[in-house]
Amino acid sequence: MTEKTNSTLAAGAATTRSRLRAGFIKRDLYGFAAIVIVAAAGYVLFPDNLALLTRIIAIALLVLSLDLVTGYCGVATLGQAALFGSGAYAAGILSAHYGINDPLLMTLGGIFAGAVAGLICGIVMLRAHGLPQLVLSIALVYLFHEFANKASSWTGGSDGLSGIVLDPLFGLYEFDLFGHTAYFFGVVLLLIVFTLLRIVVRSPFGMLCRGIKEDPVRIRALGASPHKAVIKMYIISGAVAGTGGALSAISTQVVALDALSFTQSAEALVMLVLGGTGSLFGALVGTVIFMLFEDFVSAANPFHWLTMVGALLIVVVLFAPKGIFGTVQDLLSVRKNTTGETRP
Amino acid sequence: MSAVFEVINLKKAFGGLVVTNDVSLSMVAGDRVALIGPNGAGKTTFVNLVTGALKPSSGEVRLRNEPVTRIGPTGRVQRGLVRSFQVTRLFQDMTPAEHVGLAVLQRTGKSAELHGNFLTRPAVMEEVYDLLERLGLYSLAHRKVREIAYGQQRLLELAIALALKPSVLLLDEPAAGVPQSDTGRIEEALANLPADLAVVMIEHDMDLVFRFAKRVVVLAAGTIIFDGLPADVTKDARVREAYLGSYANAGLNA
Repeated sequence: MTEKTNSTLAAGAATTRSRLRAGFIKRDLYGFAAIVIVAAAGYVLFPDNLALLTRIIAIALLVLSLDLVTGYCGVATLGQAALFGSGAYAAGILSAHYGINDPLLMTLGGIFAGAVAGLICGIVMLRAHGLPQLVLSIALVYLFHEFANKASSWTGGSDGLSGIVLDPLFGLYEFDLFGHTAYFFGVVLLLIVFTLLRIVVRSPFGMLCRGIKEDPVRIRALGASPHKAVIKMYIISGAVAGTGGALSAISTQVVALDALSFTQSAEALVMLVLGGTGSLFGALVGTVIFMLFEDFVSAANPFHWLTMVGALLIVVVLFAPKGIFGTVQDLLSVRKNTTGETRP
Repeated sequence: MSAVFEVINLKKAFGGLVVTNDVSLSMVAGDRVALIGPNGAGKTTFVNLVTGALKPSSGEVRLRNEPVTRIGPTGRVQRGLVRSFQVTRLFQDMTPAEHVGLAVLQRTGKSAELHGNFLTRPAVMEEVYDLLERLGLYSLAHRKVREIAYGQQRLLELAIALALKPSVLLLDEPAAGVPQSDTGRIEEALANLPADLAVVMIEHDMDLVFRFAKRVVVLAAGTIIFDGLPADVTKDARVREAYLGSYANAGLNA
């Protein structure tokens, strides 16, 4: 048995601590920088297609929110768009019916509505596990969809919600026809959400959730309630999805029933699996690749693009089950280990 | 001395099948009890009843004079009743430091905090490293669990349980599945458990039982048939009968 005095133990602990902290901050900065660089590259490469890029950001927020409950807590859901759509409708209704046209207030409305929808979905979903849980999530998204369809005096029903008017952002920047303002607004929102989520996923709470995903019995033996923690994560997830919904309503100035659809939920799950679950970068990578691929292939071959998307998915699931980001990360760490470097 | 842990007339029946029949047990701080019994004696059911995973048909469980029979499993852990698992239940992708850190944070009510990585919290990590050091796991603190030996994983189970600062610790076969070469480390760790902790160990390995326990309780067909000193257990006629044969009949005359 090793004999260590308390002072060397404490000193060792302190260096480990500062090394770990430096590692976290470095990775956060890399992530932040990567988003800024990709966003800038998108702006330079596709100046005529900023609407698509903004939509990618909105969907990325939806996929991030899905990652929180599926990737970090292990909840199987095909109904995440219920939270996204709630945010979109809340932001849209604030403007179209209440004349609240400030984009920041609309976004706050979307965040709040998403969080409330997250709370409701969380409470219902956690009544079941596994396959029944998945079916509940589908039922929920259809209920939200049908509710929005019937409440057409508020939502415009199947015609969509129109009449959204926007004040300039901070009273300075008009939302222009080319979508410059909306794009910058989206990039800033994404950076804020990403930074906050990085903090959340490596907080004690984030660690607790990862534990719940692996073994709820173990977590209960620690005296923690998995149920409470997952509902809390659902509320956070709802706020993130609601942000995406609000961004979508603000950038397109209409909200369609699609925002609340099963299809949208399923696509989000596909993007998450494509990028890699349980990692925020995975969610972002999956969204960007799926949506760019979809856009590119559907333009190149309007009849068979879905076949191509299907083929891509099969290849990823069969040959890179951890998703594109997860697999690349594994490859890099293997290379690092063989060159003698060790991870902390 | 007053009892820290009491089980009073605990009974559990699944339909007509009585699996735990009128079991009573009382422990004071510092007790080292080994709970033994042949397969199917109802040891697992007993653990599940005591920890709250199962609801008893009748009877009571008390922790430090507080009845906890109606309190769920997590509430009992928070009140100081902690268990370990027969087969390790650890998170393969996490490190020992993270496991123990999570337990410390949970005990101090900080596991739901949304900010700050606990690996960078001095107060938490001091306790974590201290515990890992005590169990000889310090050098593995930041390795993934999947990379460490099974014997070390068993020690980590103990570290997690101790991080919760229990007053009663239920150890479910702490040396199960550990290669012979590593059992010494486990025994050493068991011998160094805090003196004021009341420990119940479920174990099949009689050598370990005799070295560890100051008191042996034998369960057969759901009933306690012996409760006394380790030296007396092998002489007891009912215990011999339960282990060596005709224990199938023990349920009839219970």
